[in-house]
Amino acid sequence: MEIRTDFNKRLREIQDDILIMGSMVEKAITTSIKVLKEQDMTLAQQLIDDDKYINRKRFEIEEKCIRLIATQQPLAGDLRIIISVLNMLTDLERIGDYAAGIAKIALLIGCEEHLKPLIDLPRMAEKTVSMLQRSLDAFTKRDAAVARQVIGEDDEVDKLYDQVFRELISFMIEDPKTITRATHLIWVAHNLERSADRVTNICERIIYIATGKMEAYNYKNKN
Amino acid sequence: MTVYNFNGQACSEGKIKAENLNFYYGNFQALRNINLDIPGCAITAIIGPSGCGKSSFLRLLNRMNDLIYGSRIEGTIELDGKNIFDKDVDVVDLRKNVGMVFQKPNPFPISIFDNIAFGPRQHGKKNKIELEEIVENSLRKAALWDEVKDKIEQSALALSGGQQQRLCIARVLSVEPEVILMDEPCSALDPMATLKIEDLMRSLAKNYTIIIVTHNMQQAARVSDNTAFFMMEEDRSGSLVEYGSTSKIFTNPKDKRTEDYITGRFG
Repeated sequence: MEIRTDFNKRLREIQDDILIMGSMVEKAITTSIKVLKEQDMTLAQQLIDDDKYINRKRFEIEEKCIRLIATQQPLAGDLRIIISVLNMLTDLERIGDYAAGIAKIALLIGCEEHLKPLIDLPRMAEKTVSMLQRSLDAFTKRDAAVARQVIGEDDEVDKLYDQVFRELISFMIEDPKTITRATHLIWVAHNLERSADRVTNICERIIYIATGKMEAYNYKNKN
Repeated sequence: MTVYNFNGQACSEGKIKAENLNFYYGNFQALRNINLDIPGCAITAIIGPSGCGKSSFLRLLNRMNDLIYGSRIEGTIELDGKNIFDKDVDVVDLRKNVGMVFQKPNPFPISIFDNIAFGPRQHGKKNKIELEEIVENSLRKAALWDEVKDKIEQSALALSGGQQQRLCIARVLSVEPEVILMDEPCSALDPMATLKIEDLMRSLAKNYTIIIVTHNMQQAARVSDNTAFFMMEEDRSGSLVEYGSTSKIFTNPKDKRTEDYITGRFG
């Protein structure tokens, strides 16, 4: 016979909620890069408007967590889940903001032709989304090994970022008229790079849930 | 406003309604001007420091105070709109409808079967098959059937404390009440038995109105939909300080005294 049926149900609900929020954020990142590539202003505006749903979801989950802490005295593994979810919410919500930020940049760029075909930026976005998906999967399975692997993959995003950065700087040096357009794209790259960093935060929390240990991501490889 | 219990079920409002209720033991006023509206099909917890009148209030709800010489009531308590202190109310019927579970499990020193069949027999049910059905149903509802079905004729005193308490709950259920009063139902039980009773309360709340008095604030937080906080006034009479949804009371109470009590700063 299961004990604390109601508590278990509500704890599961919170975990389902975070997966839902995770997929909302995934979709936002994917859409943001589509908006940029296709220079679709309507979709850009919609993405910016829809960010409120992610924010709303965040507060909804946060409230559920607070209620559980206040009323159910969660301990040990249960407590680790709830505390970690509270942290993960902040990271997911911020990734949502980065996606909305990219849509805002797309609006700034407008229909002006891109400096060059977008290749590395979509690649950064794909990589970030894949990291996010696998982190959520690791969350469901309480899999610290996968979480560590995902953290390791952040280097690839960083490398892509460096590459995009260098390339855009050289555009600016060659032709100062490109400075505005190049700067906009650097902002996009920065948003994606930060999103991937946020995913590593999420992974650190998953490791904490699974092992009870707080492992800080090794920042020495970062520039 | 519709109130929902945490099974997501809409509660009927005003199942029990105390209005301008004052209660005295002789010259001593134990409760002062209580106004409380308790929804049906939900769990309402009453918390507060010792002597704040929470048990006195609970006992009024099925007129246990009738047994106390010199006690006196002003105001009304309505159950489904009918004042339970009206002269035409049959107190035996009232107590059938409003059952009570006490702090210490108090099974009768007879078999498990006879414990459960006791109430229905008192109310005139004699048919053996019917009684067997009632006993099994009551024990099932109290999540005890599987543990006792093979020893139903054995003495109830041979059960563990937690089982005895669930037996007492089954005994209450056997006469088909609508309201169950619980006065510190888990204070004599170990943590595991306590959690089992709490789970049982949650499942019963789908069909019954439960009011629990507890010193264990965490229990009130865990199990109830609504919480009422009682406190003693300077003249030692008990009054209602705050009443609201349990999550509100435990995350953002309105009254400073409630906050101080639940955060352990007084009481």
